[in-house]
Amino acid sequence: MTQTDTLPTLRLGPTRGFLKLNLSEVWLYRELLYFLVWRDIKVRYKQTALGAAWAVLQPVMTMIVFSIFFGRLAKVPSDGIPYPVFAYTALLPWQLFAFALTESSNSLVGSQNLITKVYFPRLVIPLASVLAGLVDFAISFVVLLILMAIYGIRPTVAVVWLPLFVLLALASALSVGLWFSALNVKYRDVRYTIPFLTQIWMFATPVAYSSTLVPPEWRAWLGLNPMAGVVEGFRWALLGKATGPGLMLWISIVAVVLLLVGGLIYFRRMESTFADIA
Amino acid sequence: MKRSQDNNEFAIRAEGIGKRYKLGAQERYRTLRDTLVETATAPFRIFQRRRGPDPAREFWALKDISFDVKQGEVVGIIGRNGAGKSTLLKILSRITEPTEGEAVIHGRIGSLLEVGTGFHPELSGRENIYLNGAILGMRKAEIQSKFDDIVAFAEVERFIDTPVKHYSSGMYTRLAFAVAAHLEPEILVIDEVLAVGDLAFQKKCLGKMREVANTGRTVLFVSHNMTAVRSLCSRVVWLQQGTVNRIGKVGEVVGEYLSSSGAAVMQLEWPNPDEAPGDDQVRLSRVSVKATHDDGSGMVNVATALTVEVCYWNFTPDVILNVSLEVYSVEEVCLFASFDTPRPRPQGLIRSLCEIPANFLNDTMYQIKVLLVRDAGTILLKHEGLTVEVNDVERDVPYYGKWVGICRPTLRWSSEVLTELPEVTNVAAAF
Repeated sequence: MTQTDTLPTLRLGPTRGFLKLNLSEVWLYRELLYFLVWRDIKVRYKQTALGAAWAVLQPVMTMIVFSIFFGRLAKVPSDGIPYPVFAYTALLPWQLFAFALTESSNSLVGSQNLITKVYFPRLVIPLASVLAGLVDFAISFVVLLILMAIYGIRPTVAVVWLPLFVLLALASALSVGLWFSALNVKYRDVRYTIPFLTQIWMFATPVAYSSTLVPPEWRAWLGLNPMAGVVEGFRWALLGKATGPGLMLWISIVAVVLLLVGGLIYFRRMESTFADIA
Repeated sequence: MKRSQDNNEFAIRAEGIGKRYKLGAQERYRTLRDTLVETATAPFRIFQRRRGPDPAREFWALKDISFDVKQGEVVGIIGRNGAGKSTLLKILSRITEPTEGEAVIHGRIGSLLEVGTGFHPELSGRENIYLNGAILGMRKAEIQSKFDDIVAFAEVERFIDTPVKHYSSGMYTRLAFAVAAHLEPEILVIDEVLAVGDLAFQKKCLGKMREVANTGRTVLFVSHNMTAVRSLCSRVVWLQQGTVNRIGKVGEVVGEYLSSSGAAVMQLEWPNPDEAPGDDQVRLSRVSVKATHDDGSGMVNVATALTVEVCYWNFTPDVILNVSLEVYSVEEVCLFASFDTPRPRPQGLIRSLCEIPANFLNDTMYQIKVLLVRDAGTILLKHEGLTVEVNDVERDVPYYGKWVGICRPTLRWSSEVLTELPEVTNVAAAF
């Protein structure tokens, strides 16, 4: 055995002290991440009768309901943009976020069979759930383009910032998903709080209304809810709203980074116990 | 420098590994009512937890486990259920952390605690090969290059694009094992995965394992199947109640393990047919060996008549089936084989009973192999899990030494005096 000199050495022992996040290991397992995302997408479209239509139906139906109740009846101001487009543009990132959050929060519990039988960095599991939401997002995005064409709205150059807002929505979902998925392994209560939480969170986010309803001096602080920054960012990048999200966006970015780092640390701390209590 | 040389000689070195579980940590909160109770009492439980570990609610699954595995060695891990075998494998394959101690692993480790981990019923055979391969730690390119071999090994060429939910359980198992069998890390950790599939496939798997072992790879193999352990491993670690009981050459340790009291497995039951040994044709439901006139003590001695019970599911109508038994001694010598009459059996659950007469077995350990045979010639299933320990009785002869022999039949003896000699002191003088 001449090759033994090059063999990697691994030390397995109890974790002590403040651990490293060891994110490079996730990179080593990127192919597994890819396959898990691919599986989630494939299985979902195979198992549902309507398949990809769900990705479109959900935001479109919500948009119609919002347009009737908030747009027509309550006459919620929509910054001069036709209300259906106004609402749909916000529903897109919101649905991406809500889906990614729900799926990632339940991901570890749903992957018990993997966790108790094979080793890989557990971070791959919630990460895959978050990324799988992108396909639905892409499909429902096509509908937005159609809507914009119908209403004759052209995006401005600000559209180049759109990927940033998508990333921010994913990061928001992942950061909360990390906390919840780890908590969910220990306390199954989490499962029941998620639908409730996403509902409240949606009303705290300017999806059905505009952030201009909030007094200007408080508006930036709305960014503490990162999805507020994302939603306003989407409207700015796609619909050419005159003012960008500015300070609100920066507050959102800082909030996400803090949540994400905290989530990663908590997740890593709990990681070694997943197999024992799952 | 000396240290690094030592490092190169071993693949796995475990030093003082211990694993503590907190009892009750595995409770699950699933119902809404539980959840509410849980939420309501949560603040109080936080205070309880602060008090620190309560020794009464702790349980050491492993304690002070130390052993070395050299590069290229095939080592078996044996022990009764609950001895800590699975926990040890989980620690070595990084699924869970030890509470104390350390294991140093030299080389890439791949573990196989189950076949078909992550298989998804909705996905096709092809898709599952990639998914499962990636989960087991293979690269995409590696899976691609081995893809044809895997499919051929599993014998599922025609159905490779069919969702695996339409597979028979035999095909499913074969495919799952085929992926696993093509995993090629330097160190392979395998749990009891050979107890799957039909007999022919089990043989194929065992052959593949031997092949892996012969290529100089290090293998750690956990099994209840002593025949497989004997044929694959050179050294054995015998775990008992979470500690190492003995480490040594396979022949010695396995023999000692089998003859150790309490190792007997006199009854096995599979309430869920999907998990039972067998395939689409037959599956075991229950096998047992016990005293024919059971007095409830469970004790078996040489004067006890034994009844072997074999309950199995037959899924093919009117196929000619029979049960066959082979009784082996600890030294792997076949004592005898016996079978009931092959005759057509309807679909359903069938029970066969066989009585081993009293005063036939010796005071030792026996392994009873159960076979299900079709058309009096094709072995559909072979199960090797049943063992029975026979105790000695108070003998009515003034000999108390070890009674030699792998069986102790009561045979008819007759003695008669042919010539009576006159009572003289010098025998020769009589003639």
